[in-house]
Amino acid sequence: MDQNHALIEIKDVTKVYQMGEVEVRALRGVSLEVHPGELVAIMGPSGSGKSTLMNILGALDVPTSGRYLLDGQDVGGMDDDHLAEIRNRKIGFVFQSFNLLPRTSALANVELPLVYAGAKNRREQAIAALELVGLGDRIHHNPNELSGGQQQRVAIARALVNEPNIILADEPTGNLDSKSGAEIMRIFQDLNAQQDITIIFVTHEPEIAEHTRRIIRLQDGQVLSDSSVKNPRQAGDRAYTRRARDIAHHENGADNNGAPSLAEEKIHPDEQSDPGSVETQSIVTQMGAEEGA
Amino acid sequence: MSIIESFRIALRALSANKLRSILTMLGIIIGVGAVIALMSVGQGVQQMVTEQLQSAGSNLLIILPGKLSDAQPGGGTQRRPANPLTNGDWRAINDPLLTPDLIAAVPEVDGYADVSHGKTTLRLNVTGTNDVFPNVRNYAVQEGRWISPEDIAGQARVVILGSKVAEELFAPGDFPLDQTIRINGIPFRVIAVMEEKGGGGFGSFDNYVFVPFTTAQQRLFPYLRSPRGEPTLSLILAKVVSEDRLDEATAQIENLLRQRHNITFLNEDDFSVINQADILDIFGSIIGVMNLFLGGVAAISLLVGGIGIMNIMLVSVTERTREIGLRKAVGAKRRHILTQFLVEAMVLSLLGGILGMILGFIGAQAIASLSEDLQSVVTLDAILLATGVSTVVGLVFGIFPALRASQLHPIDALRYE
Repeated sequence: MDQNHALIEIKDVTKVYQMGEVEVRALRGVSLEVHPGELVAIMGPSGSGKSTLMNILGALDVPTSGRYLLDGQDVGGMDDDHLAEIRNRKIGFVFQSFNLLPRTSALANVELPLVYAGAKNRREQAIAALELVGLGDRIHHNPNELSGGQQQRVAIARALVNEPNIILADEPTGNLDSKSGAEIMRIFQDLNAQQDITIIFVTHEPEIAEHTRRIIRLQDGQVLSDSSVKNPRQAGDRAYTRRARDIAHHENGADNNGAPSLAEEKIHPDEQSDPGSVETQSIVTQMGAEEGA
Repeated sequence: MSIIESFRIALRALSANKLRSILTMLGIIIGVGAVIALMSVGQGVQQMVTEQLQSAGSNLLIILPGKLSDAQPGGGTQRRPANPLTNGDWRAINDPLLTPDLIAAVPEVDGYADVSHGKTTLRLNVTGTNDVFPNVRNYAVQEGRWISPEDIAGQARVVILGSKVAEELFAPGDFPLDQTIRINGIPFRVIAVMEEKGGGGFGSFDNYVFVPFTTAQQRLFPYLRSPRGEPTLSLILAKVVSEDRLDEATAQIENLLRQRHNITFLNEDDFSVINQADILDIFGSIIGVMNLFLGGVAAISLLVGGIGIMNIMLVSVTERTREIGLRKAVGAKRRHILTQFLVEAMVLSLLGGILGMILGFIGAQAIASLSEDLQSVVTLDAILLATGVSTVVGLVFGIFPALRASQLHPIDALRYE
């Protein structure tokens, strides 16, 4: 992808809600650009407009004024069905509360965007996406048979399956314990690093935000700061993955059950030089295998 | 998204709430079931009547006292018209010189009487008639002999039993011929048992007993008298030489009776001459009225059922607001959501229709089994009507909830608690 061409470009975007008699100005002129391959965190106190911004970025809503170019397309003036198509083809959503269909298998949940895209080979694509998040052995489980972390991974697979330009995550770790939260961040970092997927997520936890190279802070509907992080936290370095690492050491050289793993095939050359990183790559695979057992 | 996909989603959604789905369908099930059951029985009755009339021969004319109009079908023999048919009328109609297109005319005197043998007493239709009745009615004696002209002349106390009457009145092995039975207390000698005619229900001759009409007029029903004191007839049956002479024969009879009854030029007949086609017409109009009534009942039931479906679909849309929001977020367009809920409503209604149809057929069988000659007739019309109507009900009552679902805003829907 062309690094110079902005994937997301919003200019002076405002959003005004009419709540009865009262006008709520959720966004008061926000401008920003996100380039392909970026991993961006949006932070801000509640009421700062970050959810509204996410809704607009996600083509769930249109700005009251200002311009929104997504991959060069003007989203501002689109009708509902057009927006639905944009959401379907260019955007993957991950929600705080997972929003999986109940009584529906992980596979069917992941297939959902493909259903509306009218895609062929839905099953194969959905299985591939589930394997990418380490749930290749859980495809027939219903959400209530999965842990919170696993459910969120299904949701990520669903966001991935249509090969969107961008994944938008609204507090993806908000409903998870810190260990599961780290797993999710690990997957985001891997997807970003190895699949070159652009990811924007909202969080209010500074620790989570530090997993990114760029943090945008909002306040009162305006951008307060847009800063870069020098040394982003690597989810694999956290203490709570120590157990998984021990297992990795213990089973060193054991086969990976043939599941295509991020670790073996898609490691970036620059990351291979970092032994810790390689180790954590295999941990992802091990964790998936462990939970699947 | 294909229609099959929509059906699968609908079935999954409905099976998630099985009891609710079935209860919702109940209105449609009952409505469709009732219509199918009564339509099938109605068809069966119509078929039975048609067969019965045809077995009697299609070149028969029935002459009834009083004016039989379409508005009051079936009233003919029950009323006591001012100017009834008399033996004289019959004799005139039976005269080949006056009615050249008739082969024969048969008088009939009908009434109910208590028929008893031993300890068994049955209330039966007693028909008084003459010697040519079996020829005209295509009806034959199985055992014994039919009424003779001498029986008629002598007002003989002889009786002929329908096959079923013989079975019910006499124990197996007890031979009815030449035994004595009592009709309204008067002893009669059994001279014959008729063959089984079938035709069940309304007018099966198997449940009749036959006596000479003179005997019936003088001994059994002496109260059947014209104002002038003459014995009267319930009806006269006339056999026409051939089917294509029906109109001529009808005209001959009508002219003759108008003369005999002194009916002046502009006045209406005080009798009716009807043929098989007329009877079928009358019967058809009765069935028509019945169907109309049924249609009304069914329409109300389907309306109620449809409202039930709409209600439950609205509940379902509300319950699944988040699901709708999510589907929209991952790319469902309005028409996808619309189709999904519309198909769900239609599946609900159509399933109800199919279950109702099955229930209706079972009900029709049950009703038909009450009478051995009646068979319920399942027509393609009924099946198409039931499926068509229930689909339309689903469509009509599903459209509003489905529209509502499709118009939900994805953000509001996702936030819905």
